[in-house]
Amino acid sequence: MNSIEVKNLTKKFGNFTSVDNISFNVKQAEIFGFLGANGAGKSTTIKMLCGILEPTLGDAIVEGQSVAKNPDRVKQNIGYMSQRFSLYNDLAVGENLDFFGGVYGLSNQKLNERKKWVLKIANLEGKENLLTGSLPGGIKQRLALGAAVIHQPGIVFLDEPTSGVDPISRRNFWELINELSSEGTTVFVTTHYLEEAEFCNNIIFIDDGKLIAEGNPKTLKTKYLDKPILEVECSSVIEALVILEKSPFVDETSIFGNNIHIIVNEKYVEEKQITALLEKQNNITVKKISKIVPTLEDVFIHLLEMDKKK
Amino acid sequence: MNLNRTRAIAKKEFKHLMRDVRLLAVLVFSPVFLLGVFGYAVNFDVHHIKIVVYDKEQSKISREFINGLTQSTYFDLIGYISDDSYIREVLDTKKAQCVVVIPVDLSQKFYSRQEAKIQYLIDGVDGNTANIIQFYVTAATYSFSSKLSSEVLARSGMRSFLPLNFEPLFWFNPDLKSTRFLIPGLIAMILIVTAAVSVSLSLVREKERGTIEQINVSSIKTSELLIGKTLPNVLLALLNATMILVVGYLLFDVVVKGSILLLFFCTLIFLIACTSIGILVSVISDSQRLAFSIATSLTMLPSFILSGFVFPIESMPVTVQILTNITPAKFFIRILRAIILRDVGVYAFWDQLVYLILFASALLTAAILIYNRKEKNN
Repeated sequence: MNSIEVKNLTKKFGNFTSVDNISFNVKQAEIFGFLGANGAGKSTTIKMLCGILEPTLGDAIVEGQSVAKNPDRVKQNIGYMSQRFSLYNDLAVGENLDFFGGVYGLSNQKLNERKKWVLKIANLEGKENLLTGSLPGGIKQRLALGAAVIHQPGIVFLDEPTSGVDPISRRNFWELINELSSEGTTVFVTTHYLEEAEFCNNIIFIDDGKLIAEGNPKTLKTKYLDKPILEVECSSVIEALVILEKSPFVDETSIFGNNIHIIVNEKYVEEKQITALLEKQNNITVKKISKIVPTLEDVFIHLLEMDKKK
Repeated sequence: MNLNRTRAIAKKEFKHLMRDVRLLAVLVFSPVFLLGVFGYAVNFDVHHIKIVVYDKEQSKISREFINGLTQSTYFDLIGYISDDSYIREVLDTKKAQCVVVIPVDLSQKFYSRQEAKIQYLIDGVDGNTANIIQFYVTAATYSFSSKLSSEVLARSGMRSFLPLNFEPLFWFNPDLKSTRFLIPGLIAMILIVTAAVSVSLSLVREKERGTIEQINVSSIKTSELLIGKTLPNVLLALLNATMILVVGYLLFDVVVKGSILLLFFCTLIFLIACTSIGILVSVISDSQRLAFSIATSLTMLPSFILSGFVFPIESMPVTVQILTNITPAKFFIRILRAIILRDVGVYAFWDQLVYLILFASALLTAAILIYNRKEKNN
């Protein structure tokens, strides 16, 4: 059963094509990662899927409703949480929930029930009179997510929900996302933190409005990055990077912390090639070279480089 | 339209208003404060005109004339001068606004039945006041001379006879008090500024804080959002109107002669027009600062200058008269004066109500068109 079915979705602004003929499916109750650089067309796509922006071409069926034909029906069945904190800081926690509940047509007993649920997941039980602005960031984020699903939608869209949140709160937030998904809610999430994307069941990458890769994190790493990837630990990282970039057995380089990741081709045979090359310069010493399992970040950078070369 | 959703928005907006005590205090008390300031400061009634007399003759008649002038509250006699050269000095130093020069041959001309001329030198810097002074001195001279002529005729056994006389009667504002004339304009000006500013700020605040995104993806309709958001502000403005009327009564004796119910109904229509200005402003601007400056400049000056509040529209050049239609205060002031001062029914000003509704519809249509165009390009 699919929660979203996107078919040839396209959005043009004048001559500029923001979203270029993309198609994909999102299964019921899965956590679906939607990745892409800034300006790749992520926000435009989400706006279309939420029924607030009309597609130029193509369509998407969200929870059984067409975004092109019935955008208002779509809106009733979705939840949305933006990267900007979207609750009212000058209202109390309970007042915010009353408002969002009221907006989605909840009242009386149902509203009370759902308010209790949101307060529970945000760890704010008994604190509904606190002013929302006084809450710490992580709690605010959980409260915002709770408010976004107060009407129990089949799917919730999270647009960079964890930007600007500390690592522990981020981890807690993802536990909450897992909880929602296990209760049957589809979670459609965009993020710039690629280690978060590892938690997703399925991922798509878009660049320049085009879909360039899709699959679960494991297949993405094997299917799109079939060449070996090595981590080189050495001194004078920047100089080493310049040398490696130019050598014939290296396809791609990137810096990860104090290390260099290189993708090598068939001309690469053994570690000595690297050590010899780098240690010709007397100020570089190679400490360690190891073959590693690529991270999603490796795949992401690789895909963007490939797309650029085209 | 869904009433529950509208109510949820109105409730939230009301709480926003209640939470921000400082803003609430400004919104509630500034109208009353403005009314006090305007009511006492903007006053076109001229009393206690300072006069200096240069009495060249110093006769019985001239003294009688001077007494007649200074008996009223209109003129205050500051002093006498005895030489032409002082006239300039007295006017230059603003010791007097008017110098009265009585000719040396006043009595002689009077007894020989010739026309005598009394000269008035008026400080003309403030044209408005100068006109009023001129009006007063003319009237004073006229009444003195008719009194004199009837005395003379009586002495020769005849009764005075004036072929035409007049008795002016000022309706609706019998004492010609300018506060009574100004208060309707003040109500209009205060309401248009507070309503347009508060509505535009409350809408732009949602944009600025990003909460509008959350509202956009919910199934709230634009009409529900607008009604829900403006309702508390409109109620607040109605409260303001009531307070102005009460304070106007307590401080300036302005009594509403007509129907209070009709007054509130018309105020509501006017507030819808003011709200439409606020909505249009909120569509154009992206920050509260911008919205505030646009809203105040669109409402404050036009409602002061172009609405007929202070300056009569009839005496403006035709092009400016056309321009006066940019402020709905123009229509509302006519309605207010009709209800508060004249006690006339809706038959006398229904056309003004129609203009108000047309104004609101035009602005709302413009707001919707601009909004849709902006959305398409986002």
